[in-house]
Amino acid sequence: MMLNLAQNLIDALSLGSIYALTALGIGMIFSVMRLVNFAQGNYIAFCAFALLVPAGEGISRPFIGLLPGWALVPVVIALGMLLAMASEILLFRHLRGAQPATMMIASFGLGSALQNLLLMLFGSRPIAINLWPALTQPVMIGSLMVPRLQLVILAVTALALVALTLFLRRTRFGTAMRASSENFLMARMLGVPADRVILVAFGISGALAATASLLTLPQTGIADIRMGDGILLVAFVATVVGGLGSLTGAVLSAYLIGLVSVFLQIALPLAARPYRDAFVYAAVIAVLMLKPDGLFSADRRSQRI
Amino acid sequence: MSANRPLQRLAARHATSVILSLALLATVLLLTGLASPLVVRVGIGTLISVVLVVGLFIFVGNSGILSFGHLGFATVSAYATAWLTMRPAMKKMLLPGLPEFILSAQWPSFLATLASGLLAGLVALASGVFIMRLSGVAASIATLALLAIVNTVYANSDAVTGGVGSLAGIPTGLGIWTVLGWAVFAIVVAHIHATSAAGLALKSCREDPIAAEACGIRGFRVRLLAYVLSGFVCGIAGNLQARYLGVISPDSFYFGATLLALAMLIVGGMFSLTGAVAGVVAISVAMEVLIRLEGSIELFGFTVSIPAGTANFLIAAAMCVALVKRPQGLVGDREITLPASLLGKLDRHASNSKNNVGTTTVENTL
Repeated sequence: MMLNLAQNLIDALSLGSIYALTALGIGMIFSVMRLVNFAQGNYIAFCAFALLVPAGEGISRPFIGLLPGWALVPVVIALGMLLAMASEILLFRHLRGAQPATMMIASFGLGSALQNLLLMLFGSRPIAINLWPALTQPVMIGSLMVPRLQLVILAVTALALVALTLFLRRTRFGTAMRASSENFLMARMLGVPADRVILVAFGISGALAATASLLTLPQTGIADIRMGDGILLVAFVATVVGGLGSLTGAVLSAYLIGLVSVFLQIALPLAARPYRDAFVYAAVIAVLMLKPDGLFSADRRSQRI
Repeated sequence: MSANRPLQRLAARHATSVILSLALLATVLLLTGLASPLVVRVGIGTLISVVLVVGLFIFVGNSGILSFGHLGFATVSAYATAWLTMRPAMKKMLLPGLPEFILSAQWPSFLATLASGLLAGLVALASGVFIMRLSGVAASIATLALLAIVNTVYANSDAVTGGVGSLAGIPTGLGIWTVLGWAVFAIVVAHIHATSAAGLALKSCREDPIAAEACGIRGFRVRLLAYVLSGFVCGIAGNLQARYLGVISPDSFYFGATLLALAMLIVGGMFSLTGAVAGVVAISVAMEVLIRLEGSIELFGFTVSIPAGTANFLIAAAMCVALVKRPQGLVGDREITLPASLLGKLDRHASNSKNNVGTTTVENTL
């Protein structure tokens, strides 16, 4: 029983990690420019397909995927960053001052364009990718059998969170970013370079998308043009439930959703189990009714709309 | 405002819905007179989108709260349509979990439309009692959660919905005139609501929630009213969609369809009824034209094959360009109305606009 519990906890944490990385990517951009970026999920799919040569319907021909791990990881992360930064330069920079709803729909347009670009290049069928098969081997911790991949996911996410925290807390640029997310107008007046702050926020969210992509691939073994959609929905909800603009809140509530999902999977009676997601989302509504500003929003200065 | 010119007042008040309805009527006349059955069919699809997006506008446009939940109401209504209109023998086979009185029912289509629309409105009421206490982003996310709940429930209740897969066998044969009738109904309802006391109160909450509450407006009530009304109209759209295609599945009313409907509204102009209709027409026409390009075409004697996805890629790209060029939407927050010269200096509604435009800010529509 205890073993089961520990196993479920690790499941929940590794599921929550993927959500957390994506929620962080959405939160980074939202906090500096009030944009809910629906293309974040498509960045994830894009990074997965970057491993392959475009070869039409369902054929897997690795390209970057052939590189050894030490070269592959930085290349994919760089691609993710480039893609996200390109979307800022080509699209969102031209929408400064537009309504949040307009920017959101523009990000949906961008996401749809990316998805269809992948469809044109790779076809609609999911493509099998055999990335780092060694990771699926389980390891024994005491009498607990854990897939190595889940440990890697936990470690990488923890590393990413620590690195990001250090960047935001300890560097000059990180301070500028935090100031921008508190009060963008004021930060600009005090000489924070707005466009550069936003560009870096996009770069970070692209890197996070690439990381999420590389961590999801060995688990599922397939690249699908819709692979980011499910993650995006949960991450989006986590960002709001955590309190928009609060990065810590986004990460914590992403883990919370992971935990609640796995917990309900065990606790619900068999007949109700297929409806698990309905219970999760009903809980989301309940939380919002009780705390409309989000679970982890510390101050009451949140924007009134 | 002079009370001795009631006709002009009436004309000024309903000009927007009359002009939009006449424009749709003229298009339909043109299509049925000149175009091939295939194009008429495209026209039916576009008119259904008009019903859906105008339904969405009733809530989103007046409250300023983005709703992701309205396709959930369309789901509810589309499946209710299947329950009420499919042949009993087919229902016994495909949907054995339905109660007896529904299994044996086969309602006439008009009654089924009303009933399924009302059911959608009822679901809107039941969920709105909770969700409409929220405002802003929290309300948006709550509606997104609602959409996910409806989708999960319908995709997993195999005995009454047929599950994740497609449910076929809904009687088709929807004529373009019926759909036009419902589109006009949606436009008239939306316009009457937008210019009613409740609609204006809702707009004032959108512009300044604190000032509105201070004036005695109860945000919850006016939001809930608009939410239920728009849920009903979106329900009608769900019914029409089911009867148009004859096949429905939970995922055809999910996130993708939701974002497309929102895109139509926002590309047209989020706060404007005219914008809602214009956005539907612009995006639908663009999609139809571009979809024709896919497949293989002859170019200078060579056959060039254009891969699937090209059309949707171009539409998405065009949408981004349109939003950059016109962040307020194609028509902004204006409404089409009669030129001021026709109406005289009747009220500020008309006199504010030089040629056939009005504004939707609160002061001007009051």
